[in-house]
Amino acid sequence: MPEWLQKPWPWYVAGPLIGLMVPFLLLIGNKTLGISSSLRHFCAACLPAKIPFFHYDWKKESWNLFFVTGVLGGGFLAATFLGNPEPIVVHEKLLTELQGYGITDHSNLMPMELFNWPALATLKGFILMIVGGFLVGFGTRYAGGCTSGHSIMGLSNLQLGSLVATICFMTGGFIMANLILPFILQL
Amino acid sequence: MSNPIHETNTDFETRSLDAVCVNSSELVHPWWFNLKYLATGLLFGIILTKAEVISWFRIQEMFRLQSFHMFGVIGSAVAVGAFSVYIIKKFDIRTIYGEKIDLHDRPFNKGQIIGGLMFGFGWAMTGACPGPLFAQIGTGATVVVATLFSAIAGTWVYGLVREKLPH
Repeated sequence: MPEWLQKPWPWYVAGPLIGLMVPFLLLIGNKTLGISSSLRHFCAACLPAKIPFFHYDWKKESWNLFFVTGVLGGGFLAATFLGNPEPIVVHEKLLTELQGYGITDHSNLMPMELFNWPALATLKGFILMIVGGFLVGFGTRYAGGCTSGHSIMGLSNLQLGSLVATICFMTGGFIMANLILPFILQL
Repeated sequence: MSNPIHETNTDFETRSLDAVCVNSSELVHPWWFNLKYLATGLLFGIILTKAEVISWFRIQEMFRLQSFHMFGVIGSAVAVGAFSVYIIKKFDIRTIYGEKIDLHDRPFNKGQIIGGLMFGFGWAMTGACPGPLFAQIGTGATVVVATLFSAIAGTWVYGLVREKLPH
């Protein structure tokens, strides 16, 4: 296994490759890049109830479900065959800050001390994973897209709505990470 | 739209509502044609994982302005994407089936602000936007399945209350 494949890929390699997903999906079948809609298709397929928002022919959008299944598989392949044996390189300041909350393990992409099954039953874990996940699902649909659909696809198509959404994604993230998350991590 | 197919396709409005990634193709293919999207997704998942953009740590660094990495990834992705879309439009490049490429406008609405902020909160908490949720599970962080289900629940509740929300 060549070393450069195992090491984390730099932004100037990964970014353009992600950008190429836009024309690639358009050319192979007129599909616009976007992930969060898959969550809506799950609702439409499994529990549409009597909600008009979930009554549409989701099977027509099933390409999106194949796509996200692929993303899951891609995560598996990358971790299994292209895995980086080294711990994740994390900025010193962040490491120090996290140490203050007792988070010292950065051997994985996710901090295992925060994201594990038993932690789900703790207040901190519940807020981070369940409340956080809920906000991701509700927020992306309310905004009409996520990082891929708005920030990559929408901005590539020079859409004002996508610019507004992207600015708000970032603003929300800044507020949470700097002003609110410290209190959650202290729990 | 001059194409009669568009006029009879009343379902399209519901599908495209608030969704960026709609299937713009009017062609009907057997299901196994979708395998190419599975393959594309595999590639996308590998890139996301190897670029570490699915890492909670990278997301924290981004929002603390401690690293350029995430901004570099998103910025260069948009640059390449925008250039590609420009070329496709300028030369009227067709799909491999000869269909005209159909891009939808994303006009401003209030949901982009309120929903955008909510998603930003969730992004910083979970360290994941929807794509990375799937990739994180793939890398073996199985507990993220719970986060994913919660995100699906969030989407469902949005569908339930959307008529009452400002847009």
